[in-house]
Amino acid sequence: MTIQVIALILIMGGIYWLARNTVQNLSELGKDFDFGFLSQRAGYDINQRLVEYTNDSTHARAALVGILNTLLVAFLGCLMATILGVIAGVLRLSKNWIVGRLMTVYVEGFRNVPLLLWIIAIFAVMTEATPQPRDFRGDDPDASMILGESVAITNRGIFIPSPVWGDGAMLLVLTFVASLVAIFLFRRFAHKRQEATGEILPVLWVSLGLFIVPTLLVYLAYSATGARDQFPVLAVGAQQGMTLEEFTDENRNPAICALPRTAAVNLSTDLRAIGERASIVPVETSADLQSNIESGECVLAVISPEAGETLVAGVEGVALAPLEDTVDRGRPLQFERPQLAGFNFEGGLQLRNSLIALWFALSLYTGAFIAEIVRAGILAVSHGQTEAAGALGMRSNRIMNLVVLPQALRVIIPPLISQYLNLTKNSSLAIAVGYMDVRATLGGITINQTGRELEGMLLLGLFYLITSLAIAGVMNIYNASVKLKER
Amino acid sequence: MSDTHSESALHTAYVRKEMLPERDPPASQKGAVLWMRENLFSSIPNAIMTVVSLYVIYYILAGIGPWMIGGIWDAESLTECRAIRDELYGHGREVACWAVITDRWHQLLFGFYPQDLYWRPILTLALFGVAVAPVLFENAPRPLLIVTAIFPFVAYFLLWGGSVWGPAAVAVGFILAWAILTYTQDILGSLAATLAAIVVPLLYWLYLVGPVAGWLHGLAPIGIEAVGSDEIGGFLLALVIGGTGIILSLPIGILLALGRQSDLFIINKCSVIFIEVIRGVPLIVWLFTASLLLNYFLPPGTNFDLMLRVIIMVTLFASAYIAEVVRGGLAALPRGQYEGADSLGLNYWQSMQLIVLPQALKISIPGIVSTFIGLFKDTTLVVFVGLSDPIGFSNLIRATSEWNGIYWELFIFIGICFWIFCFSMSRYSQWLERKLNTGHR
Amino acid sequence: MKKSVFLGTLAVTGLAAGFAAADAHSGGTLGEVQARGALNCGVTTGLVGFAAPDANGEWQGFDVDVCRAVAAAVLDDPSAVNFVPTTGQTRFTALASGEIDLLARNTTWTFSRDVDLRFEFVGINYYDGQGFMVPRDLGVASALELDGATVCIQTGTTTELNLADFFSSNNMSYEPVPVETNAEAQQQYLAGACDVYTTDASGLAATRATFEDPAAHVVLPEIISKEPLGPLVRHGDNEWGDIARWTLNALIAAEELGVTSANVAELAGGTENPEINRLLGTEGALGEMLGLDNDWAQRAIAAVGNYGESFERNIGENSAIGLSRGLNAQWTDGGLLYAPPFR
Repeated sequence: MTIQVIALILIMGGIYWLARNTVQNLSELGKDFDFGFLSQRAGYDINQRLVEYTNDSTHARAALVGILNTLLVAFLGCLMATILGVIAGVLRLSKNWIVGRLMTVYVEGFRNVPLLLWIIAIFAVMTEATPQPRDFRGDDPDASMILGESVAITNRGIFIPSPVWGDGAMLLVLTFVASLVAIFLFRRFAHKRQEATGEILPVLWVSLGLFIVPTLLVYLAYSATGARDQFPVLAVGAQQGMTLEEFTDENRNPAICALPRTAAVNLSTDLRAIGERASIVPVETSADLQSNIESGECVLAVISPEAGETLVAGVEGVALAPLEDTVDRGRPLQFERPQLAGFNFEGGLQLRNSLIALWFALSLYTGAFIAEIVRAGILAVSHGQTEAAGALGMRSNRIMNLVVLPQALRVIIPPLISQYLNLTKNSSLAIAVGYMDVRATLGGITINQTGRELEGMLLLGLFYLITSLAIAGVMNIYNASVKLKER
Repeated sequence: MSDTHSESALHTAYVRKEMLPERDPPASQKGAVLWMRENLFSSIPNAIMTVVSLYVIYYILAGIGPWMIGGIWDAESLTECRAIRDELYGHGREVACWAVITDRWHQLLFGFYPQDLYWRPILTLALFGVAVAPVLFENAPRPLLIVTAIFPFVAYFLLWGGSVWGPAAVAVGFILAWAILTYTQDILGSLAATLAAIVVPLLYWLYLVGPVAGWLHGLAPIGIEAVGSDEIGGFLLALVIGGTGIILSLPIGILLALGRQSDLFIINKCSVIFIEVIRGVPLIVWLFTASLLLNYFLPPGTNFDLMLRVIIMVTLFASAYIAEVVRGGLAALPRGQYEGADSLGLNYWQSMQLIVLPQALKISIPGIVSTFIGLFKDTTLVVFVGLSDPIGFSNLIRATSEWNGIYWELFIFIGICFWIFCFSMSRYSQWLERKLNTGHR
Repeated sequence: MKKSVFLGTLAVTGLAAGFAAADAHSGGTLGEVQARGALNCGVTTGLVGFAAPDANGEWQGFDVDVCRAVAAAVLDDPSAVNFVPTTGQTRFTALASGEIDLLARNTTWTFSRDVDLRFEFVGINYYDGQGFMVPRDLGVASALELDGATVCIQTGTTTELNLADFFSSNNMSYEPVPVETNAEAQQQYLAGACDVYTTDASGLAATRATFEDPAAHVVLPEIISKEPLGPLVRHGDNEWGDIARWTLNALIAAEELGVTSANVAELAGGTENPEINRLLGTEGALGEMLGLDNDWAQRAIAAVGNYGESFERNIGENSAIGLSRGLNAQWTDGGLLYAPPFR
């Protein structure tokens, strides 16, 4: 009791002392404690943003972009680190001498050199080893796109096609969800059947069929009926009968509003072919579209012919006229391919080098630690278990799945949780490759521009703390569910 | 009996009388071929993996081998390096310019530490080896523990120099604490004695150390050349931060671990909160806190150098991790050890000191070593707050007009140095773990 | 039990009193520096030509010379400087907290830094501006042709804001590739991971000078910002600010008056020109007004040379970096350097 009282007094005293100093220091420097800076204009650009953000957005928004980027790379990293770690851990036990040695070199090499060096090295190697976008140019280019001209690997990142939802997307999604439910039900049925009769149904093939076929059928049916429909292109201030090219000669880099979104993407692809870079303004309803046209947010509009006539008649303050060219309405789900335009590839989705390098480095580094954990976990399962399972007549993959892994998991998971936590915290090294995570936005540029280091650091610390506790919490629940149930 | 035997031998002449000489196994079943069959090509997937692995190894070696081996070791600047390369290999081939390492290795290792005083950090490192020996090796002579006890003060004196009386006066504080704890326990009772052992040295350090050291220095000015914190850099800085962090965090970490195990509600909760908060936030955020915020929390006008602030933060950070390692050690002890100590009538501190901690710490040593390796690697992060660790020095070297534009050579050198150090530490810790494991069975 | 609570409380109070009494306030910065016998000067963590240590650990550079000049003026020893490397993020805190006495780290003088962050810029030692560098074979002649380009940019500086402003005001889009250090920026730019590298024009020139083939890269004519770089001190200590300001002015005035490190000793014997005499302390008592002695400027000039000498040695046309004087010429030569009169 006495000790507790004294400890309490000491701790309270310590906190009071720190708080008093802080207040005194702040007043001496003429600063206050105020989170108002979060609502000020940020003024800087962020290249990778999962939510909408421009340099006119607030510092709070910039922090949110950073938070999402942190979570993204942490999630991807944990996923890949687990895969790499399991593979390396198993291969380290391989009978193949050279593979075993190679894995040892990997594990010891990554574990014993600071992560920061690896991040820098992997980032630099990636930029040196991959071609520049301009190598893709010309008649006989040094580099070319792969997978049917749809993926470009450059030293600015990997450009992949991005999905665009068009008319009928809803139906497609519903069908897909329905087939997922069907798969789930079928698996339960098959399991019961096996328990009851011992008959093993071909679960894999049926699941696979259910997964693909219904959705594909709906997609094909929908595409066949309406995808080739031509929608008119309405342009602000154009004369009847103008072509797209003539219009864009006067309106460089136009903004597009279109319903459905696939039409907008098709139009911007057409525009890119004639050397124009269009921006797409997202719209949800035709009322949105009309107000965007009226406010001058966009100068090109694409909508179904019927709705187009009402739009031309109903729009106020600007003159809207259809152009000569039309565009495809688009399929329910369409993939926009990256195209070489100007300095760089455009369209599609860009996985930036900074993300990939950080992701790889974090995964490789953490994977080396996980490999050791996995190896220890597998070695912890006594050999008698494997032999007993073999004596029961099980095949080797079943032994792995049903006997070894469930037991190894119990040893593996607790240290794995702390590796996940480490990876998440280590993602703050994003600073080294210029990946704009929360430490780079909120804890970096924002603090630097506003001079609010106390508030910024507090928020940053709080974010990491909450994330860590959340990950630890979730993983502990999982751990409890796979733990040996003692009755 | 012998007759029948010889008779039957006579009649069964078709049975060979003497053994054939042993023949060599077929070529495919011995030596390198057998080894290769068993270890490299035992099955088709195995063979594929072997071929793929060989290709990977070839690809990597072919990529960097010529660049590394063809490197140029003797040049004054990058421009000169390029001129020599063009002369040797003709234009167009890229080779490493290791000359930057021969020119600047001492800065990467020691920072701005005066060159004629390099013996001091080297001696400190050697002493460190001696000082940790009794902790790590059980059969080391016990008197070495004295070296362990005085090592922190000697290390400080050797690295920073100045008057010998400063560290000596600080050390007296610990002797004071020990004396109070030993001799006043009977008079004051254990709690009061413990408190006095904490408070009196603190007051002594706050008020008396300066004057006492000054007075002693006035009497007998013994000292060596002082070296400022800003002159310590490179790997020396990483070692100083990592080493100090671990040494100082051990006592704090043990206390925290005991606090977390304790039944006392307030102490338990405070320890848990401290440990989880420290562990939940990345080191880099703590380092920025050290460089940007620590001055806010201290009395106005207090000012000490960035290195010390970073060491404080690193110590707090490491102590949370050490606490978890020690907690693991405490938890691994069989319940009977605690109960046995209680049944002997030992009080809490006595049972901890005599029964529990010696065993728990022994189990924790591998964990402590790997925490140290992790911390040592993490010291590279101090570059972000402007300290000149090896990576910081690589930036400084690139900022000179001679070496601006050099990239890989410095990173490779730094990486290899880190690897050698961390790998030997981890090997040692694994060896220790094996040894401890057999001890338990 | 009660006794021990009492004892414990007593102990805690004693400790608290101890800490409270440990609060100590300091005098002016000049006093501190003189008592310490060394100047704590914040510099960069390495910028070619402006601050970097040589193989012997001696710091060299244009910003470093400012530190040395102040140390020579105050302490009569240009080597009595503790150089504290600071990053873009930590520099202001280091100065505000008193860790350094003077920040000479190519820092842009802006309103908010001066007023909101409470610093005092003591002058401008380099007029810079943000520029762009592109590979020559890209065929770009103007920054206005950079629509859609990928731009490498060092984080944590005003360059990010300038870049955002420049592109949005010209209605162009770009893709920023933030990098942490100049070395990485060089590596990324040379590998073609970005089309453009943007930073201060002096930095671009220094970077380009180290390329294997400098002629394959062009610095575009547009300078999109004003970057007056200068040393700064804390707000509120005007005596110290004056010393730093007039030391810098003394270097600039020395060039205008033709005083160099070579002839300063000779001229200090007395000249026909009263301005030189006042500067070098043979006439009047300007040094004493600053709280120093009258030879202060003479020592500063002897230590690092006048502004022009320092410029030529570190970043001038004959150095590895090869910057021309441009805006940084004396006002008499059409530049912006204009030291107030020493009177």
